[in-house]
Amino acid sequence: MEGVGLTEYLVVAGILFVSGVVCMATKRNAIGVLMGVELVLNGANVNFVAFSRYTKLGLDGQVISLFVIVLAAAEAAVALAIALNFYNNHLTIDVDRGDELKG
Amino acid sequence: MSGANFLFWVYALAAGGSAIAVVLTQNVVRMAFWLIVSLGSTAGLFFLLGADFVGAAQLLVYVGGTLVLLIFGVMLTASGPFINMKTNPGELVLAGVVGCALLGVILSTTGAVAWDALPSSQHQQKLGFNPPEDGSTLRPLGMSFIGLRPDKDLDRKGTSGQLSTGYLLPFEIVSVHLLVVLVGAAYLARAKRRQGS
Repeated sequence: MEGVGLTEYLVVAGILFVSGVVCMATKRNAIGVLMGVELVLNGANVNFVAFSRYTKLGLDGQVISLFVIVLAAAEAAVALAIALNFYNNHLTIDVDRGDELKG
Repeated sequence: MSGANFLFWVYALAAGGSAIAVVLTQNVVRMAFWLIVSLGSTAGLFFLLGADFVGAAQLLVYVGGTLVLLIFGVMLTASGPFINMKTNPGELVLAGVVGCALLGVILSTTGAVAWDALPSSQHQQKLGFNPPEDGSTLRPLGMSFIGLRPDKDLDRKGTSGQLSTGYLLPFEIVSVHLLVVLVGAAYLARAKRRQGS
């Protein structure tokens, strides 16, 4: 079998990305939507590290993926605080119930 | 099949399969478990790609920090027994069709690009003071975060021109950003005192 190249990693990243997008679109639990966002960011990270290994991008790809990890942690903290506030006000975190701004 | 290839297929199947399991599961706690499996196998993929510090940061920050935060969120927002948050089967089928179409677009696009035409990193860039066989990216990553790029500048021909730029300013911005965000999240999620009661 031929050695694993860039294309295989891109396929894995694509599967992670599409799973995250479908997870964001279908889950009604706000925590599930957050998990979809994590999956999408993770797929992007796989792309960055794979390009840093197989092309001349070098170390820059790994640096960017570290930034993505840190920003994902920050995003999860803020989104969780918003979800807790939503739960305090509505006693549920069904995202279909947050429709007070609907015209 | 070499050992690294075998490990790649193991980690790739675990990452992709548990990502799909996250989508298909309706229980939030099981979703968190499958997400742990998916992110951990992605860290294994990072190790296979020679990015040892990124893989360790993935394990520490994602699996150890972000997912524990999400599980706290699951525990703090426990839904009652009469609240049904399951997705309709029709919506699930529609989302599966749309997701398969999106996956087909992405895979056909990545398959249509000749990635071999890219200049590949034959020389496995000089990584500071570490021999490349060690695979240690910790020292060059740290030096790039304080603004030095020995991995790019050491083998530079001639003395003209500037040195390569590092990531000191983005590193400072992202660290202050993380501090502000954590303080703001703690402020948002604090226990409310009800007025008049």
